[in-house]
Amino acid sequence: MASHDTAVAGNTSRPSGRERGTRVRRRRVRAAWIFLTPMLIGLLLVAGWPLMRTFWFSMTDASLSQMGGASFIGLENYLVYDDGWYGVLADSLWWNSVWNTLYFTVVSVGCETVLGIIVALVLNANFRGRTLVRAAMLIPWAIPTIVSAKMWAWMLNDQFGIINHILISLGLIDMPLAWTANADLSMWAVIIVDVWKATPFVALLVLAALQMLPSDCYEAARVDGIHPVRVFFKVTLPLITPALLVAVIFRALDALRVFDVIYVLTSNASSTMTMSVYARQQLVEFQDVGYGSAASTLLFLIIALITVAYLYLGRRQLGGDS
Amino acid sequence: MASVQLDHVSKRFGSTHVINGVSLSIEDGEFVVFVGPSGCGKSTLLRLIAGLESITDGDLMIGDQRVNNLTPQERGVGMVFQSYALYPHMSVYDNMAFGLKLEKAGKETVAERINETARILQLEPLLERKPKALSGGQRQRVAMGRAMAREPGILLFDEPLSNLDASLRVQMRNEIARLHGRLGSTMIYVTHDQVEAMTLADKIVVLRAGHIEQVGSPRTLYERPASKFVAGFIGSPAMNFMAATLVDATDTGCRVNVPGLGDIDLPFQARDVARGASLSLGIRPEHLQPGDPEGDNRFDVVNVEYLGNECCIYLDNATDTFLTSRVEAATPITRGDTVSLHLDPQHVHLFDSDERALARTGADRQ
Repeated sequence: MASHDTAVAGNTSRPSGRERGTRVRRRRVRAAWIFLTPMLIGLLLVAGWPLMRTFWFSMTDASLSQMGGASFIGLENYLVYDDGWYGVLADSLWWNSVWNTLYFTVVSVGCETVLGIIVALVLNANFRGRTLVRAAMLIPWAIPTIVSAKMWAWMLNDQFGIINHILISLGLIDMPLAWTANADLSMWAVIIVDVWKATPFVALLVLAALQMLPSDCYEAARVDGIHPVRVFFKVTLPLITPALLVAVIFRALDALRVFDVIYVLTSNASSTMTMSVYARQQLVEFQDVGYGSAASTLLFLIIALITVAYLYLGRRQLGGDS
Repeated sequence: MASVQLDHVSKRFGSTHVINGVSLSIEDGEFVVFVGPSGCGKSTLLRLIAGLESITDGDLMIGDQRVNNLTPQERGVGMVFQSYALYPHMSVYDNMAFGLKLEKAGKETVAERINETARILQLEPLLERKPKALSGGQRQRVAMGRAMAREPGILLFDEPLSNLDASLRVQMRNEIARLHGRLGSTMIYVTHDQVEAMTLADKIVVLRAGHIEQVGSPRTLYERPASKFVAGFIGSPAMNFMAATLVDATDTGCRVNVPGLGDIDLPFQARDVARGASLSLGIRPEHLQPGDPEGDNRFDVVNVEYLGNECCIYLDNATDTFLTSRVEAATPITRGDTVSLHLDPQHVHLFDSDERALARTGADRQ
């Protein structure tokens, strides 16, 4: 009744229903903003502000001992010509870290995805003691990375480590291997530890997706006599792809900024140095806040770029499905 | 040859007996419907025939071959599931082609077969769509198409219409009936809906608690039910049952006493039954006609349901006998009236204390 009066008073020919609709909509928009505001403020404080500060420091010559007296030097931390090229982008150690990070990400996330699917398929099967195995599977994921990395550091120790002991007693190697010190092995040592830790995460997401699958489709496939391997690739895999994409992006983002497992196992060794380790070394050990911030900013940009590209491709693939 | 023989087939899940020694013979090209209340084992029996469950005991023959240990594909069965079981990420065409490709049929044969199936089921305009872009009836047709495309000798349907709304169900029922006439393949169909069973079946199998209660044509089951259970299960509204006492029995018939209706002479062979034994008298609502109240024969009209083409009258009497009568739509009877009831002895069913139907005498025996 009220809205009808408004319509008459406003001398419009609009139906009163739509008038009421816009009012409801406006009220909903206002409610949405009220709910969103605290989180936006929180995000600005804990993410936006540090990010802008890092971005600012990357344009200054700030050092850890005198942060206040920093002066603006433009893009010199990134790239500058002064009898030769200097700056992060001209540093071969930086590009080495970029390569290490990408290598680590692709190999470890790849292994985690494949192993995670296998583990999830096993856990999805019906067998006695399944609940116990499911809980046990989560242990690597539940242990803090620092603790598990330290644990593995001992297990991989070249003189006292159990891994070398087992390999020698099995006759697979003659001499103890320096897993974390040998430049050829250390990247693999780091990848093994990361795969051990993160596979349960992928398995958990895939398992959740597997349990949502329509069981009657599998019975239909059985009646049609379709080979289980074919059913997996043609039915199961396409249907769990959305969950898999989520698992992979979570893991990829984690892997791209990896720091703890590498720092604990191999410290600053160049053969395993990632972008995060590089930035920390510049910023803390060399006390060069400006230069370290420049590396951090680049790290941020690279991760952002990869994420956007991945989401775009992922959405396009999923979009093509519907 | 796609005949099916079940010989004392049993199925146990752990210590639960789901199917108890079922023997049944299904001819090639027959349309057989398994019907029964939920939990009677009708779906399990279908899954045993399909090969989705293993048979605990007994033999299952398809044609001349014992198939207990064969895979569903080797048995040559196709199945339509209650929830359609379509692959959600595949187009209608791929859904139907998925099972075909394996049989190493050439690409053109596959395409031909699917186009032919799609033509029969009028799916041609939908071939490129995904299941989620289809309506319930269309999905159901795709599911049937997928089962048909492999041209199995036996088509199994597990409550295929129960997810559809009423009008669509009638339409699909007709399509399935037409399909059976056209394909001529053996069809086994599970439903809890006795209207589906009556309208589709050449032969209905009524199941109860894992065993067969009665096998027969829809007409036999409706007109000559072998037990009180079948009599009550087939027909809607359900058959009326009244407690009766045997008064006398001769070669030509028997006399029973029904409270409220008095003594009635009926054409049943009851000489083996002791005098005074309690029986159960069954009569379908359409054979129970109301008239003016007379003597003890007084029933109160509790409710009248007007259905357009007919009326259902719900009745109650002093001895708490609840009955249903089916009369023409133009009936003057309204709620609160008192009426008498008259039953036609030819249409009465009589069941003994074990709920088995008594045999009819001489001329009425069929």
